[in-house]
Amino acid sequence: MNVAVPVPYRVTHRREDTDDTVTLTLERPQTPLPRFAPGQFAMLTSYGVGEVPISLAGSAPDGGLVHTLRAVGAVTRALHAVRPGQVVGVRGPFGTGWDVPSAAGRDLVVVAGGIGLAPLRPVVLAALAERSRYGRVAVLVGARTPSDLLYIDELSTWDTIDGVRVDVTVDRPDAAWSGHVGVVTTLIDAATFDPHKSVAFVCGPEVMMRFVAEALVGRGMPAHDVRVSLERNMHCGTAWCGHCQLGPLLVCRDGPVVGYDVAGPLMRVREL
Amino acid sequence: MTAGPADRVAVHPFLAGLTAEQRDALAADAAPASFSSGQRLFASGSAAEVFWLLESGSAALDLPVPGRGDVVVETLTGATVLGWSWLHPPYRWHFGAVAREPCVGLVFDASSVRGRCAADPAFGYAVLNLFTPVIIQRLQATRLRMLDLYAPRTAP
Repeated sequence: MNVAVPVPYRVTHRREDTDDTVTLTLERPQTPLPRFAPGQFAMLTSYGVGEVPISLAGSAPDGGLVHTLRAVGAVTRALHAVRPGQVVGVRGPFGTGWDVPSAAGRDLVVVAGGIGLAPLRPVVLAALAERSRYGRVAVLVGARTPSDLLYIDELSTWDTIDGVRVDVTVDRPDAAWSGHVGVVTTLIDAATFDPHKSVAFVCGPEVMMRFVAEALVGRGMPAHDVRVSLERNMHCGTAWCGHCQLGPLLVCRDGPVVGYDVAGPLMRVREL
Repeated sequence: MTAGPADRVAVHPFLAGLTAEQRDALAADAAPASFSSGQRLFASGSAAEVFWLLESGSAALDLPVPGRGDVVVETLTGATVLGWSWLHPPYRWHFGAVAREPCVGLVFDASSVRGRCAADPAFGYAVLNLFTPVIIQRLQATRLRMLDLYAPRTAP
């Protein structure tokens, strides 16, 4: 299989999550790509338009792929507009994953900002699928407004599961919102987890991840137990082109998931 | 039997930085407090004569905005401090606060605490050292929100 050539995947389901965000389910083709791990990403092609990196948001029952994407540019707008029956191209899997199994026996702290919840959804699903392997699961979600929240039904379901706590906050409440208001970092103090026996999974805008990571480290978590998902200008996905270089890292290969002990110093370099 | 203010002050994490003597002094100005969901603790513009240490529950800071009602600007949850307008003149609440869910905690006589701070600079410095990190943390959180990090931006 040539990793530079997209494999056609047919869209079987399309769900509008918010005004600008959709979740696409892609049917497993006869010759599928290798299995994706949570945290890895695909290069999705809208034929004739272009290609973008999109993290895995889940797996379909038939082994197909689930991707949640936000329309923010020409390619993502085109992908946002696809309908069931249409075909998109997929390359991957690329990059490092969240490596959820390595957190067995520990508490999990999942912190998402905005569309960053999409790459973290497989973390929660993996933990729930093998619930007894993990300690408490704290899911902390931040969004701009209530109408920007993803997976609302799933969040409610997760919150009912023993040992799982979901806290959601928004920056800008509307009149109907009765939940938490404030940045997602403000949820960390009240979250229940053992900082010395936890692994954190953090995804969202880079500044948000930095503040979250610092807050988690401030609660006593070692930086290497705080895993962040970096976003850079991924093109080839195979560390050939160098577009995604971040200091010594080629994020498409060495990331996107990186420990904060490595990512933190790089995030503080203005030129990077 | 419910523990008295002195016992509750002794174990509240917000006050961990005080000496036992300082906690005892603060406890002398404390009384148990509880609020039901929806109950207003204070309104913006009113006199800031007390402050609270929440032990459980959640409160929302709000501000009346013409045409929009009471707009929530931030929520506070769990073991935290509520209110710092009592620290400095004009001793009036800049924002209001309402219980989002039942709250349990301690209420402190702000005027008396200010008096202790003035009479005992070491005590006053210790109290300021409790509040300053919270103020900084909430200021940083506010600045972070001002960045509007989740707003749509141009990308491929």
